[in-house]
Amino acid sequence: MSEAQMNENKQGKLEKPESEIKQMWSALIQNKAAVVGMVIIGFLIFIALFGKWLMPYDPNYADLSVNKQPPSVAHWFGTDEQGRDIFSRVIDGTRVSLVVGLTAVSFALCIGTVLGAIAGYKGGKIDTFIMRLMDIMMSIPNILLAITFMAALGRGIDKAVIAIGLVTTPEYARIVRGSIMAIKDSEYVQAAKVIGNSDTKIIFKHILPNVLSPIIVRATLGISTAVLETAALGFLGLGVQPPYAEWGDMLGRARVFIFEAPYMLIFPGIAITLTVMAFNLLGDGLRDAFDPKARS
Amino acid sequence: MAVNNEVLLEINHLSKHFTVEKNFFGKPTKVLKAVDDVSFKIYKQEAFGLVGESGCGKTTIGKMLANVYAPTSGEIIYNGVDLGKLSQKERRAYCKDIQLVFQDPYASLNPRMTIGDIIAEPIHINKLLPAHEIEKRVLYLLNCVGLASHQRNRYPHEFSGGQRQRVGIARALAVEPKLIVCDEPVSALDVSIQAQVLNLLVDLKEEFGLTYLFIAHGLNVVKHISDRVGVMYLGKLQELAEKHELYDHPLHPYTKALLSSTPVIDPKLKRNKERILLKGDVPSPINPPQGCRFSTRCYVGKLEACDKQCPEIIDVTGNKHYVACHKQVQ
Repeated sequence: MSEAQMNENKQGKLEKPESEIKQMWSALIQNKAAVVGMVIIGFLIFIALFGKWLMPYDPNYADLSVNKQPPSVAHWFGTDEQGRDIFSRVIDGTRVSLVVGLTAVSFALCIGTVLGAIAGYKGGKIDTFIMRLMDIMMSIPNILLAITFMAALGRGIDKAVIAIGLVTTPEYARIVRGSIMAIKDSEYVQAAKVIGNSDTKIIFKHILPNVLSPIIVRATLGISTAVLETAALGFLGLGVQPPYAEWGDMLGRARVFIFEAPYMLIFPGIAITLTVMAFNLLGDGLRDAFDPKARS
Repeated sequence: MAVNNEVLLEINHLSKHFTVEKNFFGKPTKVLKAVDDVSFKIYKQEAFGLVGESGCGKTTIGKMLANVYAPTSGEIIYNGVDLGKLSQKERRAYCKDIQLVFQDPYASLNPRMTIGDIIAEPIHINKLLPAHEIEKRVLYLLNCVGLASHQRNRYPHEFSGGQRQRVGIARALAVEPKLIVCDEPVSALDVSIQAQVLNLLVDLKEEFGLTYLFIAHGLNVVKHISDRVGVMYLGKLQELAEKHELYDHPLHPYTKALLSSTPVIDPKLKRNKERILLKGDVPSPINPPQGCRFSTRCYVGKLEACDKQCPEIIDVTGNKHYVACHKQVQ
């Protein structure tokens, strides 16, 4: 490249005020709700990483002499039926719950988006095949299907995540397919074809960015469902293995003592709500930040 | 506008049928014949106008040429190559030669891309320029269509309809096409903007030596820009002639009706011909009339053949004035 060309190039670049990502970021941090969401998520990640040093007690140490104690100075969130410190267990459960929620949703999102995109864009027999398969999966209750997958995969939290991811895949596939069908015949998609784009490029560059909103909203809501479903699997002895702490599992076990010791239920419940709320707020912010119309 | 005799594009017996309903076994039971056995040639550097009312198949022809739809049958021969016989991958190589300007500028631009990126994309995909030269070309194209360089990073929703259509034209020009299919490029615009965009198209044609297939539903717009004009009705080409020949001596009853429907601007000027009002609606293309497509609305006395046999389109005057009407053959 000659020097003249380079100069021109620089000038060309100078006219570009901000990159796409920078614009999105500045739109995101101007959105107060999204910032609150990000702060909470940051806080949760901090706890997940450094919780080990913040716990006053060993979360798995059972002392039956102090079981089912209401919140006090010694035990901030009280103790459970086995006398374990709930505060320590909530902190310890953060890591597992965050990982479970995020991984299961990402798993379902990736597979569901690809399947839904192919079905919606291609149509015809491929569409029928994929969507009937999804219908079959949806017709079986989630937890039953997850148990079936676990029976095939084996026990353990990692397998529970895969099972939950697979089970929730049809929901994403449906949403993506529907959104794609709504815009695949629009003129700008046709225009993308006229200028010589391949199908893959049309789907990923022109269609998916325009159907992001419902997908993001569903995914942020999906995190809570994933946490709760992991809890249900744990309750059946298929998820997190005792004595390890996990919010959903704590909630499931505390259910029996709901009138006797409500605090056993309240604190893991608050933790789940807070997480879900944080992801929803961030999700809404992301949706607006991705949309150039909402940005301006 | 000099028209030479080199054929750029030829379509032979082109048809496009859409399946409307299928039975349980997937066999089509209702078929919409959007385009039915249409043939014509487009010469290099001419502007070929295609008119007809909504639903007559003119847009479908344009979109088949631009690779949006695949033809059901017939040939699209571009520079001696039958595009219909190519695989999708081979077909894409011709995208840079035939481009399309869409009807609705509000729907044809991706709302998530800046207009600069929209114009740069076709250059990028077809690998026409090295990466560092693309930006320069984008700014040049923006200037060509009358937009300013500083608008490069704006999104489509920040522009008016006329400006968006200019972006659409710049996108079509980006790959240096030989043929541009203009699919009613001004029908979605205000009348004041229509003239601007039409004049831009005329200027660009001369500047870049383009060939146009200009689709419109009004004869007045086509008159301004075209060299030859084809008239379509219900999926079939009814009449085809050089512009002045068609406007001064229309032969097909449908063309006559179309011409008489064009408003006369000066109230003092009387219409030189009687106003022809067509009765009834256009028949459904799912179940078109048996014989001549126009037979159900034709106001000229019918012949026996009109209801039975679809007339061939033939040169009746020997002056390259083609018409599909039994009465003209006699």
